[in-house]
Amino acid sequence: MHDMTGTKTTRAIGIIALLVTAWVVISAFFITPADQVQGDSVRIMYAHVPTAWIAYLAFITTAIASGFSLARRHRTLGFDRVAGASAEVGVLFMALTLITGSLWGRLTWGTFWQWDPRLTTTLFLFVTYVGYLAVRRIDGDPRQRARRSSVIALLAVLEIPLVHFSVVLWRSLHQEASVLNPDGDVRLDGLMLFTLFSGVAAFTLIFAWLVIHRQRLMALADLDRVVGLDAAISARRAEGIGSAAT
Amino acid sequence: MNVIAVIAKKDLLIEWRTRTLMARVVPFALLVLVMFAVALDSEPLLLRAAAGLVWLALLFSTMLVVQRSFDVETQDGVLDTLLACANPSRVFFGKATALFVQLFALGVVLVVGAVVLYGVAISGDRVVLLVTVVVSATGGLAVVGTLYGAVVANLIGRDSLLPLLVLPVLAPLLIAASRSTEAAFGSNTIDVANGWAWVGVLVVYAVVFGSAGALAFAPLTESDA
Amino acid sequence: MKDIGFILLSWVITVGSIATLAAVTLRRARELSARVPDDKKPWL
Repeated sequence: MHDMTGTKTTRAIGIIALLVTAWVVISAFFITPADQVQGDSVRIMYAHVPTAWIAYLAFITTAIASGFSLARRHRTLGFDRVAGASAEVGVLFMALTLITGSLWGRLTWGTFWQWDPRLTTTLFLFVTYVGYLAVRRIDGDPRQRARRSSVIALLAVLEIPLVHFSVVLWRSLHQEASVLNPDGDVRLDGLMLFTLFSGVAAFTLIFAWLVIHRQRLMALADLDRVVGLDAAISARRAEGIGSAAT
Repeated sequence: MNVIAVIAKKDLLIEWRTRTLMARVVPFALLVLVMFAVALDSEPLLLRAAAGLVWLALLFSTMLVVQRSFDVETQDGVLDTLLACANPSRVFFGKATALFVQLFALGVVLVVGAVVLYGVAISGDRVVLLVTVVVSATGGLAVVGTLYGAVVANLIGRDSLLPLLVLPVLAPLLIAASRSTEAAFGSNTIDVANGWAWVGVLVVYAVVFGSAGALAFAPLTESDA
Repeated sequence: MKDIGFILLSWVITVGSIATLAAVTLRRARELSARVPDDKKPWL
């Protein structure tokens, strides 16, 4: 009995992810120098920027998977599972993006939050996905859940650019001096840039590992339901035969 | 027989007979305006914030009206019957139209409320802007409300789920409606020309979600054969 | 290094929450995996 959802591939991905992440942490804390402008707070960037990239990657993955899920809804639930798994992981990375960005902001600029377009849009994206997951949590027919979730995810693809656009227009009214936002204006090169990209690579691998496992987990949950149903049906049949024989 | 008109009329007739909107939602909306005044405790601030507060009150009231719009369907299984004999997108537009009428009425009440309670003064040339804003923003509210009302229809816990799903989606509408209404109310920060620019955003928003809703209604209301 | 507190906090939260999600996923996978026969698992 294989009591796991792991395979050779996922084990390989997992190990590489661990190694690269370890390298990134060591480099972030001990090897890279402090930034000329930001000082040591740049070390948070090595976590913040990769989590942001992965958060958007997860969003795109959920959107594409939802599109396929809707298109192939009469044939398979696999795409829906990928969409759901990606959203679960994505919500975590969005939360991490917001938290690390907030801590960075506090350190560098003295405020935990700025109402700039990128942060505000990320916040809306986060809330949207929390809502998406809340809908998925409701028990019901998996196919109905798949349809509903897919529609919500695809609507989010419409919603997020509209939100971003409106917020950009909105904030431009306030003519603030250009505030260093956590993702812009940060000029890194050499080792710092390499560490940053390693972070993106490591987190991408982590994302892949998590989504594969969680997607298999969902498949198992569905199978478990079916296996349970089959067992109950067989048990009832056995009862019937037993009582007929006596 | 125009299906859209039939469905819209049906919904509005139900509202007329039960008077839910008039008896409950309108008082609620006005109450929200009053609560804002109580909470903010500053007349100059209220006047400055009037536009945003009006739209916030309308957004919250929309949650109530949308719930009602779909509870009516699910109680008797009428929605299934409707969908069996009509194109889903027509059902969508029918319900959205009814919702539009109700929300527009609410919007008018709230603007009057702002004039009375917050001291807003609207001069002649800005009335056109104001009316256009209310019409286009309410249109967007109606299509988004109908769409997400259908998404959560029949779900357990839909009362708390609807606001969570719909408010982020309504953010662009809230921003655009508030800014353009500020212009219509005669604010110092936004002039009428900018107000009309925001109306453009509202129109695009309504068209985008109107189309999306028409398309999404079919898979959303599918039943598993 | 100044401000070590916030920097450490950021990394601890990041790595910690990811590790927790991974652990929870694996544990739940083990539970469910035991209840489903191997021939039904498409990745095996």
